[in-house]
Amino acid sequence: MAEKDKNHVHYRDVNENPCNMCMPMGGILALKGIEKSMVIVHGSQGCSTYMRRHIAEHFNEPVDVGSSSLNEKGTIYGGEKNLRQALDNIVKVYHPALIGIVTTCLAETIGEDIERITGQYLIDKEMEDFPIVTAATPGYGGSHFEGYFLTVKRVLMQLTAATKKNNKVNVIIPNMSPADIREIKRILELMKIEYVLCPDFSDTLDRPFSRPYTKMSDGGTKLVDIKEMGGGLATIQMGITLDDSISPGKYLKDEFGVPLYNLAIPIGVESTDVFINTLVEITGKTVPESLQKERGRLLDAMIDSHKYNFQGRCVIFGEPEMVYAVTKTCVENGVFPAVVATGSQGGKLNELVGLAVTDFLERSNLFIETDFAHILAASQDAKVNIGIGPSDGKYLTEKGGIPLVRLGFPIHDRVGGQRILSVGYTGTMMFLDRVTNTLLENKYKSYRSSMYEKFYQSS
Amino acid sequence: MAEDNAGRIAERDGFIVTKGKNKKQLQCDTDSSAGCVSQRACVYCGARVVLNPITDAIHLVHGPIGCASYTWDIRGSLSSGAELYRNSFSTDLKEQDIIFGGAKRLNAAIDGLVEKYQAKLVFVYSTCIVGVIGDDLEAICTAASQKHNIEVIPVESSGFIGNKSAGYRAAGDALLRLIKPSEPIVKSNSINYLGDFNLAGEAWIIHNYLRQIGVELNVTFTGDSHYTALKSAPKAKLNIIQCAGSMLYLAGKMEELYQIPYIQISFLGIEDTAASLRKIAATLGEKSMIAKAEALIAKETARVEAIIKGYREKLQGKKAAIYVGGGFKAISLVKQFREIGIDVVMIGTQTGRKEEYETINNLVDDGTVILDDANPAELERFMMEKGAHLLVGGVKERPLAYKLGIAFIDHNHDRKHPLSGFEGAVNFAEEVYSTVCSPVWKSLSKSGIDRGVTNHG
Ligand code: SF4
Repeated sequence: MAEKDKNHVHYRDVNENPCNMCMPMGGILALKGIEKSMVIVHGSQGCSTYMRRHIAEHFNEPVDVGSSSLNEKGTIYGGEKNLRQALDNIVKVYHPALIGIVTTCLAETIGEDIERITGQYLIDKEMEDFPIVTAATPGYGGSHFEGYFLTVKRVLMQLTAATKKNNKVNVIIPNMSPADIREIKRILELMKIEYVLCPDFSDTLDRPFSRPYTKMSDGGTKLVDIKEMGGGLATIQMGITLDDSISPGKYLKDEFGVPLYNLAIPIGVESTDVFINTLVEITGKTVPESLQKERGRLLDAMIDSHKYNFQGRCVIFGEPEMVYAVTKTCVENGVFPAVVATGSQGGKLNELVGLAVTDFLERSNLFIETDFAHILAASQDAKVNIGIGPSDGKYLTEKGGIPLVRLGFPIHDRVGGQRILSVGYTGTMMFLDRVTNTLLENKYKSYRSSMYEKFYQSS
Repeated sequence: MAEDNAGRIAERDGFIVTKGKNKKQLQCDTDSSAGCVSQRACVYCGARVVLNPITDAIHLVHGPIGCASYTWDIRGSLSSGAELYRNSFSTDLKEQDIIFGGAKRLNAAIDGLVEKYQAKLVFVYSTCIVGVIGDDLEAICTAASQKHNIEVIPVESSGFIGNKSAGYRAAGDALLRLIKPSEPIVKSNSINYLGDFNLAGEAWIIHNYLRQIGVELNVTFTGDSHYTALKSAPKAKLNIIQCAGSMLYLAGKMEELYQIPYIQISFLGIEDTAASLRKIAATLGEKSMIAKAEALIAKETARVEAIIKGYREKLQGKKAAIYVGGGFKAISLVKQFREIGIDVVMIGTQTGRKEEYETINNLVDDGTVILDDANPAELERFMMEKGAHLLVGGVKERPLAYKLGIAFIDHNHDRKHPLSGFEGAVNFAEEVYSTVCSPVWKSLSKSGIDRGVTNHG
């Protein structure tokens, strides 16, 4: 196999067991965080069904997403008719407040101009005020990670206006669990800060049971709020690894002059401190005592588990932003990030990880645009004893005996992916406990037999 | 619900009928309508799920990464040997490949994989854009075949050329290429078992029964199958088909090319399992087989009925909704529900055929809603209207049922317990009981925090 390992980029002729998904998947997730929105995936039927299935399994929620169901005819003569029909039907059944259209490989390859088609559609239907957000997300153009942020940026580009200044802090949320999003909101509310969180799928993809069932759930970022993000006090974007080209926060800064604070996802003491200090800096609010106590409890927990964690050699994989946040947290607790990997393009992950992992005697191995075959091999080489990442890492457990702490997206082989809490001081504490206990469980599982074999048998 | 009626989509009308109410023919076997939130997957998916259980093959997806990600290890198919099939290989096409063509990458991918895994068989699946950018899959596979002296078979499964059924056909064509003998066929006394993918070991359960009644099994398509076994397929004297949707085409072709007649059977539920064993024995026509089949049926039915009786008492009078992939499975499920005292009030499939819908229509009670290629809005509407207590379906349907406060049975590709044969009938009854009679529904029916406190002892 022709492999060139240049600048940690791992190009290959064949991807063996993917560690990423495709662009439109990220687009759907982002759009699910906008109030009363529906998504149409412009392409053949299968793409949308697969993505729905994946999302439904992770969140355990119904995920209704339309498709323009392109067939042979549409592929040859253009998909305009199908897309218009899809819009008609979605409007009729769901009465959405916004429709997002993302494209697939097929639509992009045949050169569909979705902006023109939807523009014409709105004129023909005399619906000029109806918001349709379009994002070109060919499956081959990047991973679901890039698709996610690009779509958030497109939402802002098409909905945010220049408005008068307001007192709200814009918070751009990456693909984290609904529990994480709720925790961020709790912290903002504890600090009595006015905010706009975008996107916010904490309710739409994790809604309470209630009767009667409605096709569209409550929650999501309000359209009026998105409109006013141009007048925000500042933007905090949990997107420190992001390339400028897909940075929604950069767009708000360039277009409306909203100051941008590009931060890591607040997992770990330092990143959470930075998040909270930034909030203080922007708003001048004080940190409530209850939050100080949470911080103290986290420090207490870190002391309790520091020696166990020092025995950890981990492989961290998933989306760049989460990977970076977790790497930093592991470093902070003495867990050595032996292998750090993402199937996505990685943005600034490369240099950031380099800066984060300097305290150890060894160097970390970083791989971007990689796959699980490679991650497994590298992990075995590095004698990794714990994995942290989404469910597909079960392959590392199955084939390499590496126990896995599930985190990120998708979690499809366990329940509760949507309820995994890892951000803020409290979330970090829960995350650390999961890591430490997994290390302990693994050690105790084989402790008696391994000592027996090592010392008695050989004596 | 008023909102629902207003939101009805006229073009879907033909795909929904109520038994007894209207005489019109149900429409089926067409492309999904745009924007209708179909539950269907695509051509590639249809092909992949049929071929993937072949355990020692390299399954290489030629296309961008998503398609391979979403179908990695998609089925709970078990293997008694090789594990190669549990990988998802992709050429992971990028922008440059779309512009300049993906042939170079595909060639390199095949070379690399064959060298690394020493496989005798490679399937190369085409995805949507491969059809559009025009890579010559056939030529590339033929060349690779000659170069490595193994079989490299293209699967023409571009996503837009039809629906999942077209994928079944593409898989059938790939299998036909694979089993084409290079030497004259020497017929044997054995049979092939088509349309069982060995989910949670289901094919093994059936093998066991067949062994017990003296039927020699040649090869299963495609559960726990491998290159050499599949190659021997033409020598069988009979094909039995479980999953008709995916295998009828292949069976028809095998009859035409190798004079192997086929019969349709079903191992879902006691009634169908017993009837199928009888049918197989009768078709093969051996006296001893018929007697052994009767003995097995008697023994197993007695054992299983004793267990199921208890469940039936609890479940009597409950109403079920069915939404599954294929028509044949749906038909068996109606009977299986009756065995445990449950009536079906709504039934639909993603890819059912006309004849199957006719059978369904004859089987169900008046007033039952029958629908093809349904969407969440329709499923919700009819389950509510008909007062269904449970839904049987796949992963995407599960959260909808739960959100509606309705019980759910998994009949999907990645389930971890078998639903076939007598064992499966017990599992099915147990699962229905565990969900329909779960105490969780009681909590939902109370009004909540304001329910008041009457007695805390
Ligand atoms: S990679 Fe392309 S064709 Fe495949 S699922 Fe993603 S968008 Fe669809």
